[in-house]
Amino acid sequence: MQKNNGIKIRNLNIYYKNNRKSDFSALHNINLDIPKNHITIIMGPSGSGKTTLLKSLNRLHSINNGVKVSGKVIIDGEDIYHPMHLLPELRRKVGLISQKPIPLPLSIYENVAYGPKIHNRLNRKESDVIVEKVLKKVNLWEEVKDRLNQPAADLSVGQQQRLSIARAIAINPDILLCDEITSALDPISSEKVEHLLLSLKEEYTIVLVSHMLRQVKRLGGYVIFLYMGKVLEQGNMEELFNSPRNKITQQYIKGVIS
Amino acid sequence: MRYLEEKIVKILMISSIFAVLGSLLFILFITISRGWVSIKENPGIIFSTPGPRYLLGGEGGFFHAIAGSLYMVVPSTIISLILACLIALFLQSEYSSKRVSEIIRLFMDILWGTPSIIYGLFVLTILISFHQRGCLLAGIVALIFLELPIITRYVDESISSTPKELKEIAYSMGLTRVEVSKIVLKYSTSGIIAGVLIGLGRALGDAASIIFTTGAASTMPKGLFSSGTALPVVIFQQASSFYPSVRDHAYAAAFILIIIILVLSITSRLLQKKFSKYTVGD
Amino acid sequence: MKVKGVSKKVVNRLSFRLVKDNISRKIMIVCTSIIFLLFVSFVVLLVLKSNLVISEYSIKELLFSSFWEPENHKYGFFSATFGTFIVTIFSMLMAIPISILAAVYIAEYSPYKVRRYLSSFIDVLAGIPSVVFGLCMLLGFVPVFSVLMKKWFQIETTGMCLFTASITLTVMVFPIIVSLTVESLRALPVELREISLSLGSTKWQMIKKTLFKAAGPGIISAILLGFGRALGETMAVAMVIGSKNNIPTSLFESGQTLPSLIVSSFGEMMSVPEEQSALFFVALTLFVLVTVSNIIAKVVNNKLKKRWRY
Repeated sequence: MQKNNGIKIRNLNIYYKNNRKSDFSALHNINLDIPKNHITIIMGPSGSGKTTLLKSLNRLHSINNGVKVSGKVIIDGEDIYHPMHLLPELRRKVGLISQKPIPLPLSIYENVAYGPKIHNRLNRKESDVIVEKVLKKVNLWEEVKDRLNQPAADLSVGQQQRLSIARAIAINPDILLCDEITSALDPISSEKVEHLLLSLKEEYTIVLVSHMLRQVKRLGGYVIFLYMGKVLEQGNMEELFNSPRNKITQQYIKGVIS
Repeated sequence: MRYLEEKIVKILMISSIFAVLGSLLFILFITISRGWVSIKENPGIIFSTPGPRYLLGGEGGFFHAIAGSLYMVVPSTIISLILACLIALFLQSEYSSKRVSEIIRLFMDILWGTPSIIYGLFVLTILISFHQRGCLLAGIVALIFLELPIITRYVDESISSTPKELKEIAYSMGLTRVEVSKIVLKYSTSGIIAGVLIGLGRALGDAASIIFTTGAASTMPKGLFSSGTALPVVIFQQASSFYPSVRDHAYAAAFILIIIILVLSITSRLLQKKFSKYTVGD
Repeated sequence: MKVKGVSKKVVNRLSFRLVKDNISRKIMIVCTSIIFLLFVSFVVLLVLKSNLVISEYSIKELLFSSFWEPENHKYGFFSATFGTFIVTIFSMLMAIPISILAAVYIAEYSPYKVRRYLSSFIDVLAGIPSVVFGLCMLLGFVPVFSVLMKKWFQIETTGMCLFTASITLTVMVFPIIVSLTVESLRALPVELREISLSLGSTKWQMIKKTLFKAAGPGIISAILLGFGRALGETMAVAMVIGSKNNIPTSLFESGQTLPSLIVSSFGEMMSVPEEQSALFFVALTLFVLVTVSNIIAKVVNNKLKKRWRY
């Protein structure tokens, strides 16, 4: 297996078709190279297609009938949109964490162990090991180790979000997709999650969607500015913020458009 | 002027509430009070089977109907639940196209609106065509057609109202459609329970579908292919009897029926509360 | 299979899961198709069974004559069709205003706690079976009604008449219309009320002018659902309508509806093939009536939803 080489996107076009007047083209001709083991941030005003782009990286659009995707997304040397590619395995490799943390209707332990158990048959001891390892990684272990069997819905929103990250890491992905994962959190929990992401970037390739400029500054390695479905600019965080080439990027950074 | 209108309307509204509540409470009250009196006088009727001239004022009770009801309603509810889950899941976008799911939902609506007597007659035509007599199995089939649209609708609505993020998260973990559906079903447990209990209550109280299929026998049901009857059918017979003592039994039977249905209703609400501890929000 | 560099164990497990997924979907399709096919074959059988009587007698005579005398080979059931319409329409006329007013009270005027209890209570009452309604009306209402009509209005009636059937249906339909209307009203955004009230209207004006229009599709759907239920209601009506196969001249005479005709003739029909076929034809008519009514209800509902989108 070719080691994690990041993600290459070629000529990606996404079109929403609902047979009503709200048909529209969400992404135009996207060409990107997402570096591995970095935090790449997709930023842009609302409605630019950031979440659409993110979800196209693990083919999440296929559960929706009205979405047409054309183009290629190459991960580990293979186009994931090739019809022969197996979805469950792809999605195990590319995990998604969404904005609103929704725990599975199970206990805390079960939430984390669910993914690994489905992908490999595990016995109790093996899953215990994985659950502890992963919860420690997201800094949740100390807080929940005494109540692993309680419903995950009892946790605070910040804890639920870290649990979501734990759940995603438990199946050993290579890439983590994060869709505005701090938007629903209070500042303290947000900070914890951001620190977590920074610590994880050595092991995983992280792609984060964010609309908060300061967050981009705190976290950013590589930044992609998406505007109205097109990539207007991309580059290192310092370059982009200090000397943006595109006028609209400039306006966005200054806060003229948001 | 418009304040006057407001006052008049308020009076009309209160009267309407009284009309609605009053009439429904009247039914409940008569059944419970007369039923209770009847049972107190002769508690044996609940537990004994009818003698040879039961409906003509003779000895015996209607235990056979209680047993018959349970023997038919429990299997039909279980089967309807399984079918309902399968169909409702199939209606989701990852299994079927929008066109197909619209057609199926329309079909379910037609089934929902069809009166139970039609289902009884449907099954009757099959019985006649095969020269069979009425039996429990026929009643179960008719009840399945009665309950299926009800339970399917509740399950469908519960599943469709799970937050879409739940599905996205599940798929993102690399689960297959069926594995995701299992999680969705677990999340919707309270809605499913509500549907099952409503369907059960409806099936317990339905006479029209049983009369034409299982029939109105006066014996204890012995197996799937034996004859029998159900509680609502027996109430119908008792109420139409010339003998006042038998008519009193009708109240007793109705009492039992209503108590069971009330218990189911209340249990439904309690269980809904219990199962929502795993879901977020609300 | 394009899954490079993954261990054989994982590949095997994955294919097992995918096979399970595939089979499950096929099972779903099979189950749905079975139900569909069963239903279709039922309808076909019903038509076939009616064939006997349709081929012997003219449909016009069956549908529009009111001479139901099986001994004389007369199977006109117009009195039943007529009865069905009269009873259903009359009960809806009574049920609709009362239910809607009650629902408005529950949804808009009553304090929160009262609303919750009232709503739950009415929902529970929706579960009362049809035979129980019939029982109470037959043994509780009918004798009293008969006496009172004589005393107050000098009208002779056994009490088992179209009027009683209508009242029974009205009461049975209350919970349906009330709870669906309450739901439609509660689903409307709070702002809708605030806007109207802050413009200075009284509460009732606000309800009349904005809420009804906004909740319109939901309310109309509730009414149509109630109508469908009333149309097909069998047991309670059969117990109080008197089962007389003539066209009644007054509301206080006994009459017949399509379902009650079937129920009351059940015993005899099993032995006489001609009568059996006639009753299957009655059932077919009822089925067509109810299904058409339901489809109209669905179409109206969809159209209204598009126009009054909320």
